[in-house]
Parts: sequence; C-alpha cells; structure tokens
Amino acid sequence: MEKVRLIEIKEDIMSDNDAVARSLRARLSKEKTFLINLMSSPGSGKTSLILKTLEGLKNDLRIGVIEADIDSMVDAEKVAAQGVAAVQIRTGGFCHLDASMVEKGLNSMCLDELDLIIIENVGNLVCPAEFDTGAIKNVMILSIPEGDDKPLKYPLMFSVCDVLLVNKMDYLPLSDFDVKAMRERVLNLNRQIKIFEVSAKTGEGIEAWNHWLKGEAASFID
Amino acid sequence: MHELQVTKSILNIVLRHAQKNGANKVISVQLKIGELSDLENEWIQKYFDYLSKDTIAQNAKLKIERIPVVIKCDSCGHSFEINIKELKDIQCPECAHKKCTFISGKEYYIKDMEVI
Repeated sequence: MEKVRLIEIKEDIMSDNDAVARSLRARLSKEKTFLINLMSSPGSGKTSLILKTLEGLKNDLRIGVIEADIDSMVDAEKVAAQGVAAVQIRTGGFCHLDASMVEKGLNSMCLDELDLIIIENVGNLVCPAEFDTGAIKNVMILSIPEGDDKPLKYPLMFSVCDVLLVNKMDYLPLSDFDVKAMRERVLNLNRQIKIFEVSAKTGEGIEAWNHWLKGEAASFID
Repeated sequence: MHELQVTKSILNIVLRHAQKNGANKVISVQLKIGELSDLENEWIQKYFDYLSKDTIAQNAKLKIERIPVVIKCDSCGHSFEINIKELKDIQCPECAHKKCTFISGKEYYIKDMEVI
C-alpha cells in the first residue's frame, strides 16, 4: 500500500479572487477611476440611492454604473435614463459579484472617460461581504424598516464596509428603530466606518454623502 | 449560499497542489474557516463531492476546523470568545467596555492535505 503523505498548502481559499481584485485596483489607480461597491439587502433602496447620487454629482464627475442582477435589466434601464453609462451584469443565479465579474463589467466601459464607477451588488447581506470585488471603497445601506439588530445578524458585512448609509430616515417616526443603539453596534464591529443618515426619497442627508464621495473620488483620481 | 463557488476554489487549489507534488489520490483536506463566515460545513462537503467526481480528489474528506470569533477589549486587553450566532451586544465580560478589536474569526484558508 502506498504511504500517505501530508502536503502543506497554507493558501487562502479566496486567493484567485483576491489576486484579480488586486490587479483591478492597480488598473483603476492607473486609469484614475474611483470604484465603489454598494451592498445591501433587497429593497433597501440601492437603485433609488444611486439615482439620487447621480442627480447630485453628474455635473461634477463622469460617472458609470455597474448593475448586478440575478436576471433582469430593470435597474440598468433606470440608471441609463439618467444619461449615465450603465452596464448590466447578469449573475446567472449567483448571490454576489466577484472580482472577475466586475472585471468583465469594467472591460465593457471606457475607464479613461469615467471618474467614478458605482457597482450595485446583488441584494444580499451575506455573500457579497465575502468577495473582494476590486472596489476602492465598500459602501452598504441599512434601511430603517430592516431593523436596528442587523449589525448583530450580519456582522461580517458591517465589518468590511467603509461607509454605512442609513436609508429611509423618513420612516423613522413610524418605527421603533433605535438609531443610537444601531450606531453603537456598528461602531463596535468597525470603528473606522463612516455613517450617514439619509433618505433617497426626501433627499435628507444626500448632500453630506455626495460631498464625502466627491472628496474621496477627487483625492483618488488626482 | 455561495458554497458552490467557494468549493470550486478549494478544489482548484487542491488539484494544483496535488499535481505539483505528483500525488495519485487526495485522501483528505484540512480547512480553517472563521466562524464569521456563513458557510455550512455540510454543504461544502456535498458540493465538493459533486465537483470532484472523476478527479483524483474524488471521495476526499474535508476536515473543516471552525475558528472561533475572538475579540480583544481595547480598554483592559482581555481576550474573549463570542458566539456570533447568538450575539446580542459586544461588551468585555471583565470591564464592560464596548470598544473591542477582532482577533480571529475571519480565517478562510486551506491548511494541508493528505495524499498518496
């Protein structure tokens, strides 16, 4: 009988994806295009928030949007109606975007004509948190109707994001959402995270978020 | 939820190392996965069995070591384990301080494998 040998591997499971993500970041920094990855659960207002962001920034920055959807074109059509470059990636049932899918999206855009690209990831608070997309910053939305306990249920997502947008603030008077408790839970998981309270519907807080985004994009592409 | 894609990566890495080392058959693979990950051990094995059919890794057993989530209190330095599935709040059990830093729980790697 042949002898059993032990082979040391010590390799990260995500090493292939991480390598693609790193090469994307290098390319983005060469092309001077700022890429953000926007994640949230379904129905938290990702598309509305992107539309609001475009409204405020499209005269200052050349913006493109990569829409991930399991199987539809609805979001890309809404974004394209704003006169912004939009690419739809159908994930074919996948619950998240990975770096190779984002690379495909970027390949169909003219990076030298864009300052900022926003990825609208698949609506899901679990899987997208585990895959580096190659984005420069990770941004997530938590909307008031989802509840203030979400940081406790999806700690990984909250711990990998640079920005948290608390959306649908206009619903706050109707709900028992505890903003202070939520903030504390989020900051316990991730002290560097920036939190903006916004409403894509009323426009509340959008200016502060846009100001941050514009500043980050400007310092990246300078 | 995304076990299939993760399992594909595991299989690719395993087959690459097996070939590099001239192995004829993979017996077992040892993985270290942090508890912060939502992957289910049972499903990773099922997908692995499905994907590894007709490869030298067919029938290999995945030994998955789940690494607990350990955090360290920023105030008194006490390290403690938390059960992420039953998390109510993060608070140091020694001094009740709430600012803490993650020490482990995000691991995601293949340690080694047994081959013949």
